[in-house]
This record gives sequence, C-alpha cells and structure tokens, in this order.
Amino acid sequence: MLYNFLIAPFLDMAGSPVFFAEVVISGLLTGVMYSLVALGFVLIFKASGVFNFAQGVMVLFAALTLVGLMERGVPVWLALILTVAVMTALAFAIERIMLRHLVNQEGIILFMATIGLSYVLQGLGETLWGSNVKRLDVGIPNASFEIGGILLNEFDLFAAASGAVLVTVLAVFFHYTRIGRALRAVADDHQAALSVGIPLKHIWIIVWSVAGVVGLVAGIMWGAKSGVQFSLSLIALKALPVLILGGFTSVPGAIVGGLIIGVGEKVAEIYWGPLVGGAIETWFAYMLALAFLVFRPQGLFGERIIERV
Amino acid sequence: MRIRTLVLAAMTGAVGLAAAAQVPAQAQNDQFFPMLVYRTGPYAPSGIPVANGFRDYYTMINERDGGINGVKITFEECETEYNTKLGVECYEKLKNKGSTGATLINPFSTGITYQLIPKASVDQVPILSMGYGRTAAADGRYFPWVFNFPTTYWSQASAFVSYVGQQEGGMDKLKGKKIAHVFHNSAYGKEANPTLEALAAKYGFEFTGLAVDHPGQEQKATWLQVRRLKPDWIFMSGWGVMNQVAIKEAAAINYPMDHFVGNWWSGSEADVIPAGDGSKGYKSAAFHGAGTGWQVHKDILKYVYGGDEAKAKANNMGEVLYNRTVVNAMFGVEAVRTAQAKFGNKAMTGEQVRWGLENFDLTEARLKELGMEGFTRPVKVSCEDHETGGPIVIQQWDGKTWNVASDWISPIREVVRPMVVAAAEAYAKENNITAQSCN
Repeated sequence: MLYNFLIAPFLDMAGSPVFFAEVVISGLLTGVMYSLVALGFVLIFKASGVFNFAQGVMVLFAALTLVGLMERGVPVWLALILTVAVMTALAFAIERIMLRHLVNQEGIILFMATIGLSYVLQGLGETLWGSNVKRLDVGIPNASFEIGGILLNEFDLFAAASGAVLVTVLAVFFHYTRIGRALRAVADDHQAALSVGIPLKHIWIIVWSVAGVVGLVAGIMWGAKSGVQFSLSLIALKALPVLILGGFTSVPGAIVGGLIIGVGEKVAEIYWGPLVGGAIETWFAYMLALAFLVFRPQGLFGERIIERV
Repeated sequence: MRIRTLVLAAMTGAVGLAAAAQVPAQAQNDQFFPMLVYRTGPYAPSGIPVANGFRDYYTMINERDGGINGVKITFEECETEYNTKLGVECYEKLKNKGSTGATLINPFSTGITYQLIPKASVDQVPILSMGYGRTAAADGRYFPWVFNFPTTYWSQASAFVSYVGQQEGGMDKLKGKKIAHVFHNSAYGKEANPTLEALAAKYGFEFTGLAVDHPGQEQKATWLQVRRLKPDWIFMSGWGVMNQVAIKEAAAINYPMDHFVGNWWSGSEADVIPAGDGSKGYKSAAFHGAGTGWQVHKDILKYVYGGDEAKAKANNMGEVLYNRTVVNAMFGVEAVRTAQAKFGNKAMTGEQVRWGLENFDLTEARLKELGMEGFTRPVKVSCEDHETGGPIVIQQWDGKTWNVASDWISPIREVVRPMVVAAAEAYAKENNITAQSCN
C-alpha cells in the first residue's frame, strides 16, 4: 500500500519521462486557462476589495453576447468590438445601479450584492441569447502536433500566449500607471481615496470594464472548448484554488497560482488518481491551496494585512 | 409613487397571467402528467429538447385524438435544474394534482429516480425511468412501482460489448483488446462499470474506468491517460458539458472517432456540434430513430405547430433527445390506454396505471398505428421483468446529422439478468422488502 502511494508513482514518472513531460506541459497550459478566469476576480478585488461572485457569470455573459452576435451574421471582429462595448455598458450599469449605493459598506455587503448580480446576469443572458449550447469558432487554429513524442495543441498554445500577454499588460497597468495606483488606493480605503480626489465612480467603471474584457477572453478560450453554455459560469470554481494560492490581490499571483494548480492536479490525477478510483483533481486543487494557506494565509503573492486592534 | 404602484401592479398581473397561461386548465376528468424539467442551469441544453418532446406529444394527443380515449391530458412543468433536491420538491408539489393525482412520474435524472423509488410505492405513483435510474429496478418482484423499459444501463453496456465484438470479427477477438469507460463521476456514470467488469472477465478484454468529475469542463488528465493507455475502444457515460469537452479532447489527441461510442445520454446534437468537424465519425447508442421521418412527427407538426416547420425545428423537433421523449411520452400514454382497457375509459389512478405498465404490450402493429413503425422497437413488460431487455442501435454523426450505423443489437442477457436479480435481492434485503407474487 505504502509502496503504491510513495514509491510507484515516482518510478512511473522516471520510467516514462516523455509522458511525464507531456503531463507537466499540459498542466501548465491548463493552468494558464485557470489564470484567465482568476484574473477577473483579482482585478475587482484589487480595486474594490470585493470578491466578485458574478465573475463566472460575466465570463458566460460575455461569451454568450459574442456568439449571439456572430450567430446573427455579425463578423467576428465587429462582434468582438460590440461585446467589449456591451461589457463596458454593463460596468456602467453595475456602478450606477449597484455599487454607487454601497460605497464604504462592509465587504460582505458588496459580496452579497455580487451574488444577486450573478443571478441577474445569468437570467438576462439566457433570456437574450437562449440556453442551448452554441458553437464558438473565432478562427483560432486547433490542430495537434507532436514534438519529441509530446503532443501539443495549437489552441492550447494560443490560449497560453493570450493569458501571458494579458497578465503582462495588466501587471504593468497596475504598477506603472496613474490609474493603476488609483485603483490600489481605492481598494485600501474607499473614503480615504475619495478624500484625496480619486474619482471612485470612474475607477469602478474602469475596473469592471477591464474585468468584463478579461471575462470575454476567458469566455472565448473556454467556450471554444466546450461550446458556450451555462456551465461556462462554473469554471469560476476552478479559479478559486488559484486565487487562494496566488493571493487575491496579485496579478502575477494569479498566473503563478494557476500554473501550480494546473500542474499539481494533472500530476495527482494521473499518478495517484487511479489508486483511489480517479477524479481527484478537483478536490486535490483545493487541498493544495489549503496546504499553502497554512503557511501563507495571504497566498503566495497576496498583501499581508496587519491591523491594529 | 403612483407610477411605481402602477408598474408593480402591471408586473404582478403579468406574472399571474403568464403562470395561468403556462398551466393547462385542469378538467374534472383529466389525466395529469407531472413534468420534471430542466430548462435552466448547466444541463439546460439537454433539458430543453426533453421538455419540448413531452409537451408536444401530450399536446398532439389532445389535439388529434381529443385525449386518451376521450380523457384529456393535462400537464404541468416544474423546474428542477437537474438538481436532485429540487426534483424531489417538484415531485411533492405535483404528485396530487389532477383529478386522479399524478399518472406516473418521469424523473429524467438518475439521482432524482434514486430518491423517488422509496416514495413511489407509498404515494402509489409509478416511476417510468426509461433507460436510466436504478438498473436493479428491472426486477419487478422487488420494484413493483418502478419501470425502466425498454432497456437499462447494464444491458446497454453489454450491447456495446456485443457491438465491439461484431466490429472486431467475433466475440473471441475481444481477448486482449483494451476497452476504456470514460464516465461521469456520479451514480449514473458508474452504473455500467460492474457490467463491463463482468464482461471483461468473461471475454478477456482489459477494462479501465476513467472518472470525470462534475461538470467535466476540464478533462485534460483523463485524455492524457487515454493517450498513454491507447484503448482500442472507448465507451462514454457522460452528460451535459462533459460530453462536448470529451469529444473535443478525443479529437485533439487524434483518437479514432469511430471507436469512440457514447451511451444514449452522450449522443445528442448538443454533444457533437460544439466540436465541429472533430466530432465526425463519433458514435452513440440509441433505442429510437433520429430525424423527422415518421408519421408521428408529421402529426406533431400539423397539430402542435400548425405546419410551421421553422417553429417546430426551433423547438427541437427531430433532435435525438426530443425523439427520445416522444417515445417516453408515448409509453406513458399507451400505459394509460392499457389500463383503460381493463378499468374503463376514464382518468386512471396511479395504481391502475401501474397495472397498465406491468401489462404493457406494445406490438409492431400498434407502433404502426401510432405512426412510429421502425422508430422504436416493440416492448412487452411482465411482472418479473420491468426492463424487457430491448435491443439498442448504434448511430453515427456525419458532421450534420445522426445516421443509423448498425442493426439492432441485443444485450448479453445471460450475463446481465443474473446481475440484475442479484442486485435487486441485495437491495430488498437491505431495505426489508418482500417480493411481490408474480404468479
């Protein structure tokens, strides 16, 4: 028994190094896909201290809008622009109808509001675009090829590249721009930010719009794999361990967390999963994240909050 | 303030009217069919054609025939989101509606079926879990209120092995072959495993089960294992998004799609369309025809949609899951008709419908009268056998439509039936159930 758990998996890895490399690469590519979803959470948490329960539904809503427009004959490029416009309009509406009335409220109140938002968006999306599975094809290549016995897929590589570009742009935006610094100030204290002249409403609109666009990218990548349908919103569950591990306030943390979770769950599923009946990757991701929590409660890259009591 | 009050009043009125319009009026002598549906939630793409198929068949019977021997059908939908807890709530809400209570219940979820089995006999509401639910319920001696004809997961898995044997040139050629089962990690998904294990022992093929966690949006690890294992054939028991992702992943690792066979919940249009050309050649089991080439479709088109083909298509007519529920609804209606032949042409109670189900005899001639000749197979239920061991057919996706790709394939009854009986006896022992007499 102990041999099966503690020794056999490692012998297996050493015995088939090419396959092990394929597992690791596959985990890294999947991890980037998780990061894409986690990024949306991080952006809003960074700027408003709100854990946005509706982020998964925003991914769905963005993808539904895109594919809905494409089904009506709108060219891909125009549908993308229109979807970005819709997500921006949505950010305006969220600020005007929901957030404006909750300035300086407890985080839990804002969190509850986002739960309500998720139901509204879900219902609105299904009412506008229907509940059927929709095929999403924006022209991303999808062929598979082998390099040194390792199977790679063009789509997965494209998704990874998109994720890397997004993370880099957002990290630069947060650290080196005036708006980025303002976003961080708002996250620390709404009232203090207002008192030094930071336009809170504008900041919220910007950050929710950017989160909407990140949601659109995640929606395209995940929607192209599974078709656009309600279950797209459930990928938020995959982002949670990434956030716990990477930290709720760190853009690079989202990507590093995603990569660790991606590789960890794939290796666990393939080498240890068969010993316990399989399908362990979902809970393993949470176990991994919880293990990190024991040593770093703020996550790998999260801000350590010290408060006077 | 006045405007606000007016708007609120208008909205309340609109909601009330909408609710009234959705529920057909209940007559004094009506045959009430409760409908547990999932038009929303993660499984809505499968739930919508299912709900539409039931609704359209019941409506067509009312419009074309004036009901079942003059007894109007009424029905009411209750949204379950494919959630077991909501399903049980819906059952409780609907079981006493109609002039004689619920005719029977089609849970359309294995999880909900499991929960309703102990309740059905108490409430005297028969369960018709057509091709799903608890396979052991095929033993009518211990499950007098549950019917799972025309076939079950275990029979289906055995028919799949028979099909593989045919394709490989004989059952003896199975020895040494590798067969993998990619399954939804749930009670439903695991149903076929004991049968496949028993058949692996009998025919000497190597069996590997690969579980996929709900909902199945991410399956890279599963398909990496498939890549390493290199199975000769893959059987899939999936549902919802799991199917679409699995087909896409299989195509991505260049697995030969004509050796990838889904069960009958893994072979609808919604499962294959998102994968595009990658899904060409993919196969699945079925126990009914695909498309709209039967008289029953013409009748639905005429009596439900007034000849509007676009509207019928928008309501999924002819799709795999729609056709399946047309068959399911027909079974229910014909069970009532069977019961009426004994108890008279009036609304039947649950107990009378149970008798109708147990004495159900759907012949080829009757299928022809119903406009379903060749659409599905004849079924003859008995007190002992609530499954009937009906054959299945394999259909194949060509990129645009499903086409029949095999003859009707019989299950391996000599393996499956003893397993059913053993499982039923174990369940009965565990729950202190005494067998009903079938003499």
